[in-house]
Parts: sequence; structure tokens; C-alpha cells
Amino acid sequence: MKIRTARRISQVFFFSLFTFFVVVTDLRYLKGYPVSLFLELDPLVAFATAITTHAIYKGLLWSLLLIIPTILLGRVFCNWICPYGILHHFIGWIFGKGRAADPVRIESNRYRSIYQIKYVILIAMIVAALFGSLQIGLLDPICLFYRSMSTAILPALNLAAPSSVYVRQYFHAGAWAIGFLLFVLVGMNVFIPRFFCRVLCPLGAFLGTLSSAALWRIERDPTKCVDCDLCLKNCEGASDPHTQLRKSECFVCFNCIEDCPEDALSFKFMPPLQHEVTAPAVPARRAFLGVLLGGAFFGFGRSSGDSDRNYSKKVIRPPGSVEEKEFLERCIKCDQCIRVCPTNVLQAAIFAAGIEGIWTPILNMKVGYCELNCTLCGEVCPTGAIQRISIEEKTGVGAFAAQGPVRIGTAFYDHGRCLPWSMETPCVVCEEVCPVSPKAIFSREVTITRRDGTPIKLRQPYVEPSLCIGCGICERECPVTDEAAIRVTAIGETRSRDRRLLLDGGAKSS
Amino acid sequence: MNNPSEPTPRISRREFLLRAGAAGALIAGSAAGGLAMWQRRHFVPGFQEKQGLHLPSYSLTPDKLLPEMAIAHGAEHEKVIRAAIGALGGMGRFISKGDVVVIKPNVAFDRPPALAATTHPDALRAVARLVLEAGAAKVLVADNPINSPAGCYLKSGLLAVANELHLDLLYPETNSFSPIQMDGEILRHWSFFDAPFKRATKVIGLAPCKDHNLCHASMTMKNWYGLLGGRRNQFHQHIHSIVSDFALMMKPTLVVLDGMNVLMKNGPTGGRLSDVKKMGTVVAGTDMVAVDSYGYTHLLERDIAELTYIHKANDRGLGNMNWKQTRYKEVQA
Repeated sequence: MKIRTARRISQVFFFSLFTFFVVVTDLRYLKGYPVSLFLELDPLVAFATAITTHAIYKGLLWSLLLIIPTILLGRVFCNWICPYGILHHFIGWIFGKGRAADPVRIESNRYRSIYQIKYVILIAMIVAALFGSLQIGLLDPICLFYRSMSTAILPALNLAAPSSVYVRQYFHAGAWAIGFLLFVLVGMNVFIPRFFCRVLCPLGAFLGTLSSAALWRIERDPTKCVDCDLCLKNCEGASDPHTQLRKSECFVCFNCIEDCPEDALSFKFMPPLQHEVTAPAVPARRAFLGVLLGGAFFGFGRSSGDSDRNYSKKVIRPPGSVEEKEFLERCIKCDQCIRVCPTNVLQAAIFAAGIEGIWTPILNMKVGYCELNCTLCGEVCPTGAIQRISIEEKTGVGAFAAQGPVRIGTAFYDHGRCLPWSMETPCVVCEEVCPVSPKAIFSREVTITRRDGTPIKLRQPYVEPSLCIGCGICERECPVTDEAAIRVTAIGETRSRDRRLLLDGGAKSS
Repeated sequence: MNNPSEPTPRISRREFLLRAGAAGALIAGSAAGGLAMWQRRHFVPGFQEKQGLHLPSYSLTPDKLLPEMAIAHGAEHEKVIRAAIGALGGMGRFISKGDVVVIKPNVAFDRPPALAATTHPDALRAVARLVLEAGAAKVLVADNPINSPAGCYLKSGLLAVANELHLDLLYPETNSFSPIQMDGEILRHWSFFDAPFKRATKVIGLAPCKDHNLCHASMTMKNWYGLLGGRRNQFHQHIHSIVSDFALMMKPTLVVLDGMNVLMKNGPTGGRLSDVKKMGTVVAGTDMVAVDSYGYTHLLERDIAELTYIHKANDRGLGNMNWKQTRYKEVQA
């Protein structure tokens, strides 16, 4: 079997596996599948969260499975395993220069200096991580691809074929931006093959750096080489196999070896390094620019106050989420929690959580609500931004009765919009759907005289803050659907001492 | 390139006809399409005349001798249900060979069975078995829950029963709804979970007996709420009229009120075991007003005078709230 065939089999397998995991991340199909596998294998996720949290959370240790072959062989991940890389490879082949004439393809696969940008991006992200702001997820290919699937592609597919993906259609605010970003990044393959992988990918940069030490490398025998440049024809990484190989750019696709008419190229154990450009070619000043960029991002982002005093009432985090600053150290914006959420309440934030919190999960009770007997978001979170709490811990029952339930916010009435409070109309749907027992929403019966003089008995609702967990089903089911008469805001969340509402946290008074 | 000094070649007749014909066809097509799709009149958005389907009656012609209602007491879910149906004359009275039967449970909430907020899986198993034993070709189970459908079916335990007995569990999908048309006090034109009824020949309502914060109780009549879609959260503005309208909307073959464990308070959601009281009773019957009336007074143990919707249904002739006046039978399992 040719290596190329083996690689294609691997690509089809891993792309299908990734898609399969995305599809089964749904309460109906989620049996015991390791759906977070790709995110847990991702060494950049493990490395960057290790910088921010000084720990490797649960399954992130699997990343060693990728780090070790990368150190030995180079960036095999990029062209054999990465589902996003495979997507780019495939799209480039269909719409790009994949089928152009040989000279065009050879020119399109020469190394260009813009390919250093990914290292500058990686440096900026690592510097931001050192300050405690985890931003790798913006461009990490697994996070980016997962997020695009979860918020844009699957809901769009479900629009085309109703109830094929979701029982009830899902909506994600700002999905169009995520969808178009995917479209643009993938579309760039028309102009520069593997544009994302070569120019932007911080994981590629990370693996490229790791592969500086690789023991097996492509070696060119200059005595056999006739300088035909045919090795560039299908070179995925633009790693210059025709001259001094740039190991950190090489995707180990082996196309060059198979394309060489003179057998001048081979994959060798410890070839002499003099023939190569062994380390990523990033001039020191550009690297320092990355340092400045990362520092500035943190400085400007954090001083905007979105994770501190100036926090938004809309930043309602999923149950089990760690405190906000820690959340920004852990969340990789993969939006797998958004995919698994059974009510569609989880949404990718746009600017609500500040620039640092772009595409992190927040709850939007206009769209959904937090299901009481559900902790799926924490179940799938690969980094522990949402901790893997149990139902008992979430609801504060059994052994956890003393600490009480996990609260994510508190509901407040807007009397001016409430039917029984201002419009002489019976309602209290909010009380009906309140899931805690005793209900956090209660009502008092009053008899009022209507404008026409007739009396009417009404139940007017109230919130008991010591019982409210902030699940938001009251807001979701309120008949005043444009802006509900009861709305949950972030205050009262148990994850943060600073954002609690009641002195005793509600534990005693309930 | 033609040389401008050379005379332009003349087109053939054939080419002339083809080109003129293509242009003419395009003109004619545009005109025909435009005229065909021309909307001459305006309308007032939101006030268009509405059409909907009329739901048939699934009830059988009343039997002159057999009881209209049966009350069974006992300890074991399946036995008590069998005793109640047996007292009515057996499932064979209601289900014939080849029937396609819709069982409508109440799975509005994502709750485990012990909290008694949803139809108990043992109740579904018992009723579905009886229906299958009576020769039904197909059993469809359908509800449009308030919480997310997948979670409700899974955690209520109904999904497991459906898999065990090969029942068709229908999810309220986007295309499962069509509007119905009826002449209710409030309910006239509303989105309806119509998918299961496209094939149904019989309908059984299988409801738990629950407290309800606004309308006092959710039993067999209120159970039909789960067949509606759309903006159901407006129902609460006229809840008693709406619930009595359900008795007009649905004429079921049979209703079963499961009072083995009754949600006495904090309804309709419940949430604590202490909200639930063991009552060991199942009521089955052809008149949901009579069944609910028994449930309210004997299972929830409350004063029927306050249950406005049952009076409305009674006064509208949709059933008999004085269950003692009906032919009923009380048995021990």
C-alpha cells in the first residue's frame, strides 16, 4: 500500500470519528462515548491550561499520546489526524489549486514569510495565558471546528432538514459570525493552500516547535536531486523539501517522497541537521511583537473590568462553573457544552463577558433554561471550566444538603410587565414551572377592583431568593416573550463570594 | 475575429427562428409567471381567516350495562391497573384487533418517576401491555413536554418502557404540528401535535394525579394540554376555560388516572418525596369529568366546589362531575 493511501484512510477515519463524536454529543445518543477525545488529545489545550491553572485536568493527560509522536516524528497530527486540517486539505483539493497545472501547484507550495505569523500568534496566546487569560481557543483548530459545528453548522443543517439534529430547532446568537469565519478560513484555500494551517494555526505552531527535536525527518540526497521541484507539487506544509527542509513546517504527509522521480527524498532516523532549517523561523523582534500583543490583550481586556467590578448581569455561567477569573483561565471556547445542552440555553457569548470571554458559554433564558436534573455541560467540559459536578451536588440534596444547591443567578420581577401585577390578568406560569421544592416562586391571592368596577381574584407572584437557583425556566416560559416579566441575572451565583446576594448564601434561610 | 471590411454573414432561417423563439418563450414565460403569481389584494397581517383540522371522536358508543368508571385499590401498580380495566369489562371492550392506539402520558417535566410529576413507567407498561394483549397493531406514545423532550422521556423512565415493549415514542418535532379548529370557550384555532393522530384509531389518556399551582389539579382533562403546541403559556390567563375546552377538544376512548402515588403539593412540578402521598388507587373510565371529580375529592382530598374547570365542563355537558350518579364499580386488587 502506498503511504498516500494509508494517509487517506487515516484522514477519513479521524474526520468521521470527529463528526461522529459531534453528532452523538446529545442526551439521546450520549452513551459512554469519549466525545471530548479530540479536545483532550490536543496538546495545546493541555499545555496552555497547564500554564494558567498549574494543573492537567482529568482527560487532558491524553495529550501525551500526541506529544510523544510529535517529538519523535514531527507534525503528523496536522495531516493524518486533525479534522480541521483534513477539512482544509479536502476543500483545497476540490476548490483550490489541488488540480491545477504542476507549475502553479509548485509555486503555491513554496514557503512564504507570512507563514511565521502562526508563531507570533502562539507567542501572544502563551503570554496572555501566563497572565491568566486563556485565548488559544480562538484559533485552536479543534476548538474552532467544534465551535463552528456546535453553534453554526448543526443548527443550519437542522433548518434544512427539520428535527434531524434537534427535536426543536436550536438558535445561537451570533452564529452567523462563527459560520462566516469558518467559511472565510476554509475559502482561503482557493488562494493559498492550507492557508489556516500554514498561516494561523497556533496548534500547528506549537507542534512545529515541538518537532524541532524530531528524530525522524525528511532527508534530501543532493547527489540524486535534479532540482525539478516536483516534491513541491503536493507539499501540504510548504516546508521546502526541495532545498533545506523546514521541519517545523513539515506535515509529514510523505507526498514529496512519493512524488520525487529520482528517489532523492527519504524519511530517515537522525539525519544530519546541517541540511535543514531546524527551528521555526521567527525573527526575535517579531517574536517580541507577539509578547507585546499578548500582554496588551490581557492588559486592555482585564482592565475593561468585565470579569471584575463591571461584570455583566448577562454573564450567567453554566452550573458547576468555576469563579469568573478562573473560568477565563480554563475555558477554551470549544463550545462542546453548548452542543450537549438539552435546552439550547447555552450560547456563545459575543461581548457580554468582555473581549476575553468571546465565545465562552453563557445562559440566555430567552432561548432556553437550565434543566434541574442535568449536569451534561460539566460532564463534557474537557478543561474543568465547568466542573464535573453530580446531580446531588448541583441540587444540594443528600450529603450536600448542608451546602445547598448550586445557584447560577437570581430571578427578579419586572412588575410593569407582569400580567397579574399590572394588567389585572391571571397568569403565574412562572410559579407553575419553578422546579425546586418548595417553589422559589410563590403567589399571594389578592382581590382587586377592575377599571369597570368588577372584582377579580388574582395570584401575584414573588421570588423567595433563598430558594431561587437561577435556572431561568420562569423567564423562558413567561408569556411576555420579548422581554420577560421575570428575568434572571447573574447576581447570587454560588461560585463567587463577591457575587452572592444573601449574607448566608441562602443555605440557612432555606 | 471578423474583418470589418468583410460583409457580415447572414444568419440562416433556422437560426433566426430558434433565437426569436427562445426570446419569445422567455417573454411569454415571464409574463405567465408574473400573472400567475400576481397578488392583487392586500391582507391585514394577523387577521387572515384560519383553517384547521377537526379532531374526530375516539370514544365508543356508550355501553348500556358495563360501568362507565372503575376505581381499583391495591399495592401493585400493574395489578391495580388491570383490576380497574377489568372492572370496566376488560381492554377488549375498548381495543379491537388491528387498532392503532395513541397513549397520551403526562411527561411535561424532566423528573424521575418517584417524584410523581410524570406518568409512572409502571403505569405505561401496564396499560400498553393490556392494549397489546387486546390485539392492537401499534401503540404510539406522544407528549409535548414543557421541559426538553429527550430529557423528559429518558428520565421519566418512559423511554425504557417504550424500548422494552416496542412502542413508538414520538418526539414533538418541528413538522409534527398542525392547527386544529374547534368551538371552545377560548380554544378555537391552535397548533396541535397532530403526528400521532394521522394513524390513530383509539386514544387513551394516562395521567398522574397532581396538585397544580394555578388550576388546583392536573388530572386526565388537563393532560391533553400536552397535545398542544404554540404559545401555551397564554393559557393561564383563562386556565379554567381552557382546561374545560380540552374536554371538548378530545373525546378519548378511555382515560386512566393513576393515583398510586399522588403529588399532593408543590405541583405540577413537585421535587421532593415529601410532596408525594401513597394512595394506592387507579381510576379508569370513559368520562374524564367523572374520573377527575373522583380524583379531586378522593385522591387529592379537596373540595370540588373550588375546581372551577370541572364545573364548567359539567355545565357544558362535556361530562358528569357527580361520579356517584354514573355507573361505577369499586374493586380491590
